[in-house]
Amino acid sequence: MIKFVLMVNRQGQTRLSRYYHSVELSRRAALEADVVRYCLSRKKDQCSFVEYKDFKVVYRQYAALYIVVGITDSENELSIYELVHNFVEVLDKYFSRVSELDIMFNLDRVHIILDEMIQNGHIVETNKSRILAPLTAIDKMVES
Amino acid sequence: MALKIVKGSIDRMFDKNLQDLVRGIRNHKEDEAKYISTCIDEIKQELKQDNIAVKANAVCKLTYLQMLGYDVSWAAFNIVEVMSSSKFTYKRIGYLAASQCFHENTDVIMLTTNQIRKDLSSPNQYDTGVALTGLSCFVTPDLARDLANDIMTLMSHTKPYIRKKAVLIMYKVFLKYPESLRPAFPRLKEKLEDPDPGVQSAAVNVICELARRNPKNYLSLAPLFFKLMTSSTNNWVLIKIIKLFGALTPLEPRLGKKLIEPLTNLIHSTSAMSLLYECVNTVIAGQYSCSVGSVCLRISVVKYLGLLAMSKILKTHPKSVQSHKDLILQCLDDKDESIRLRALDLLYGMVSKKNLMEIVKKLMIHVDKAEGTTYRDELLTKIIDICSQSNYQYITNFEWYISILVELTRLEGTRHGHLIASQMLDVAIRVKAIRAFAVAQMATLLDNAHLLTGNMQRNGICEVLYAAAWICGEFSEHLENPVQTLEAMLRPKVATLPGHIQAVYVQNAAKLFATILKNQEGNTDSTAAQETSQLMIDRLPLFVQSANLEVQERASCILQLVKYIQKLQQKDVEVAEEVSALFAGELNPVAPKAQKKVPVPEGLDLDAWINEPPSESESEDEQPKAIFTKEEPKHSRPRHTEVDEKELARRREARKQEQANNPFYIKASPSSQKVYQETPGVEHIPVVQIDLSVPLKVPGLPMSDQYVKLEEERRQKERAEKKKKEKKKRKEKRSGRGKKHDSGPESEEDITPAHVVDIVTEEMPENALPSDDDDKDPNDPHKVCDIQGNLQDGSQVVVSVIFENKSDSFLKSMEFNVLDSLNSKLQRPEGSGPHDGLTVPFQLPPGVSNEARFVFTVQSIVMPQKLKGTLTFIVKDSSTHEKLDFKLHFTCTSYLITTPCYSDAFAKLLESGDLKSSSVRLEGVNMPFHHLLARICFHHHFSVVERIDSCASMYSRSIQGHHVCLLVKTSGQTVSIDAKCDEPTLLGNVLDEIKQTFSQC
Repeated sequence: MIKFVLMVNRQGQTRLSRYYHSVELSRRAALEADVVRYCLSRKKDQCSFVEYKDFKVVYRQYAALYIVVGITDSENELSIYELVHNFVEVLDKYFSRVSELDIMFNLDRVHIILDEMIQNGHIVETNKSRILAPLTAIDKMVES
Repeated sequence: MALKIVKGSIDRMFDKNLQDLVRGIRNHKEDEAKYISTCIDEIKQELKQDNIAVKANAVCKLTYLQMLGYDVSWAAFNIVEVMSSSKFTYKRIGYLAASQCFHENTDVIMLTTNQIRKDLSSPNQYDTGVALTGLSCFVTPDLARDLANDIMTLMSHTKPYIRKKAVLIMYKVFLKYPESLRPAFPRLKEKLEDPDPGVQSAAVNVICELARRNPKNYLSLAPLFFKLMTSSTNNWVLIKIIKLFGALTPLEPRLGKKLIEPLTNLIHSTSAMSLLYECVNTVIAGQYSCSVGSVCLRISVVKYLGLLAMSKILKTHPKSVQSHKDLILQCLDDKDESIRLRALDLLYGMVSKKNLMEIVKKLMIHVDKAEGTTYRDELLTKIIDICSQSNYQYITNFEWYISILVELTRLEGTRHGHLIASQMLDVAIRVKAIRAFAVAQMATLLDNAHLLTGNMQRNGICEVLYAAAWICGEFSEHLENPVQTLEAMLRPKVATLPGHIQAVYVQNAAKLFATILKNQEGNTDSTAAQETSQLMIDRLPLFVQSANLEVQERASCILQLVKYIQKLQQKDVEVAEEVSALFAGELNPVAPKAQKKVPVPEGLDLDAWINEPPSESESEDEQPKAIFTKEEPKHSRPRHTEVDEKELARRREARKQEQANNPFYIKASPSSQKVYQETPGVEHIPVVQIDLSVPLKVPGLPMSDQYVKLEEERRQKERAEKKKKEKKKRKEKRSGRGKKHDSGPESEEDITPAHVVDIVTEEMPENALPSDDDDKDPNDPHKVCDIQGNLQDGSQVVVSVIFENKSDSFLKSMEFNVLDSLNSKLQRPEGSGPHDGLTVPFQLPPGVSNEARFVFTVQSIVMPQKLKGTLTFIVKDSSTHEKLDFKLHFTCTSYLITTPCYSDAFAKLLESGDLKSSSVRLEGVNMPFHHLLARICFHHHFSVVERIDSCASMYSRSIQGHHVCLLVKTSGQTVSIDAKCDEPTLLGNVLDEIKQTFSQC
């Protein structure tokens, strides 16, 4: 099961956070800071899977942005690693060459995309066009 | 009113939206907190307005601030307001905020129930979708109970978009409100076969999660999943299904067999690493014997995981891993040290006679290249570990091994000089055929000691000289040029070596001296001998002045001796014989437990008091080992008297037999120049003939590489010869089966070792074995084991247990406990309960062994017994309680006591008719008859009564006085044993054990 998804930049600023199990607000900040520091300290040629406390962290770096996913022991690390890339590909398709700014200014849309892909800590959809279908429908609705 | 609306929209134009907020925060880097607090104030103002658009905008900003870590719980009610907006764009913002901010204890959630229900049944699928997504984040037990039915209906919604979300959220509902599971399950199962793959995937996800908690209930779904597994193309779904099967197979073993095919197909076809990894993991966990080999090859792209997986496979399917040797060797080049070390671990397990040389050669190359002493040291220890494992099982050419060891001494800065030294000593002592070569190498090493000494002081490599000096001294008869070696050993520079090495130098210089004298006295020229003495006298005073007590003592003693010898030499007295007598006698290796093998001589009772026991214990000692005192006096022969010639000869023969069979006794090996016998048997192992054109004795240090080549040639020759023989046979037989594998790969058995190896195995006496090695975890760091027993007395059995601490920690408070059976009970001190453990009366520092004795009472001895027991102890450093399980095996043999019997008494016994008979046949026993008899005598405590040609009668007695008589006959490879005993069960068991002894060899 996926416990949380974070998007953080090199400076350690959170650009997106989504928790699939309840974590107190006060503890979220500490956890994010800790996990991010952990990931940032690792070199490029080091493994992308890290064991952190009672769960595992899978992270992937895209330019200055890190996508960090916390998972339970029972999850397949490599599948999450591939999911992260899938997520970025979807973002890339929607924003056409996604950048950190896109994510900052369209946070609600990124959330919709993420919610289409992961619900409840489980992967629901991985097909790009099907993920984006509701979002394009909403966009049309807003325009009209 | 109209004015108000206009005012509202004008206000909005000046309001910040989310983009402005983000931009603003970026522009106020210095006073971010202050800026945000003003923003929050603005948001509070906006939330007070009636305009829903303004509120939604405010809530949107709050969501962002919440992400940054600001508490926005005060706005919960406003979020609910926005959620209930009829416009989808605002509703969405409300739900997003709710999903981020709400948790189970948010009290406004109660207010949302009706709103959510309304949204769930909305005709707009996106309204429903957004409600479901939001609900999945903040569902409470109350919400779950109230909405379970609504969601269940949605599971059969016409739109797959809704169906899949509804299915997934059901999992959360099940968790919060377990009662809903039973009514919802049939529908959930249905969804596994939904036409839409997204819904299928959702259902698989939910069931996998459920099954992980309680796999048993989901076994019935296996066929359905099986179908999905073969039809689905979504890797993420496949991974889940495979995970599910991983949880199910332990419950239903038949499933494993069925899975092999689809799993193999997936392994071969998929390009996704994640799926591949999942498959391999499941395969390993289930230990299916599918084509694991190919898996490793591909998985090894993810090197570390691959290596890890391989080490698991290695335990079950060593063959399939061995074929990837090259790949693993490549991993040694990896930058990452953890990968290199893993690869090394693997290599250890995959060497064989065939590839050992090659692997070690590669490792040697790595040793040369390796940077950093820790890794190099690790390599060094691994090389030695690999070579010496299971008593040098894989080494076929010891000259090669010695060369490797010598090459290793050239490593700079290694800490493992001691390890190399002990290996050299071990090999030189135990492998007789290698001694001449080893001595030559060691002499070179001593001669070139200065090359090593340069930086020897700091590192441990000088330990090697310890071994070199000892080997040269002990086996000095093999030395080519002993005088030169003696010279090398007495160089002044030696005095800079550590004390214990100097001591060995001095002592062995004396041995060398003795050999030299012996050589030189044969010559006519007596001056040479005197010169040697003079050399000793000149050089030794250096050592006499040594600060090390040991060196000093030995040196001064030997110096005086040499001075005396010189005096005699000047009088032309022949002294060589006497001097060499000082060091006469061959040193043979003895297993640490060899003493146990020596039977206690008849009439000697180690437990009996030599003097009168102290008065207070007299009453307790009422039964002083009746077994020996009850013995009929005619059986105990007087010793040292009336031993006639015949008897002597018989004894000599018996001793020879015993020696031939004693693994601790090293026989004089036959001439070491025999090449390629016609019949390769155990005794006729061909010994390599070393081509002398290959410069083995080049001055300087040897190269091991040449052996790889030599060995290859040797094997080829052997193979060729074998093939010839095979062909001949085939021609003779003229079997119509056609060709079988003619040039198939060389199998393990085909390789015969180049040297006769007298290897001391640490065999245990057959009395009470600590059986079932697999009961013990070989990886247990605190391995305390070696349990041996001695059986005595009619009903009492004394088991002596050797505790050996193989860990690095101090062990204390050991408690020994055995689960009593009806028949055998551990004797516990009075007042303790029947399940209490006995305290072991000592503590164990690391590496120390000690023996403790425990008394058991045994009622019936006719059946073998296995007692389970545990040893608990405390590890001092970590003060943790640890446990070690073991089994005590009382074989029936161990109740037998070797008792001599005369043939007339034996005949009477057989005639008496009280004995029941039984017999057993052993097939394929390929050993001389006297070996066979010796083996039975030794392992099963019998004595030979009479022997006529290939027939012998044997006798033994149990501790309870049962007579056991055997008649052993042999013809060809078949041995038949007819046996008689007054207790048929005992007899049957003893015969079984005898059979087992011979099946092991």
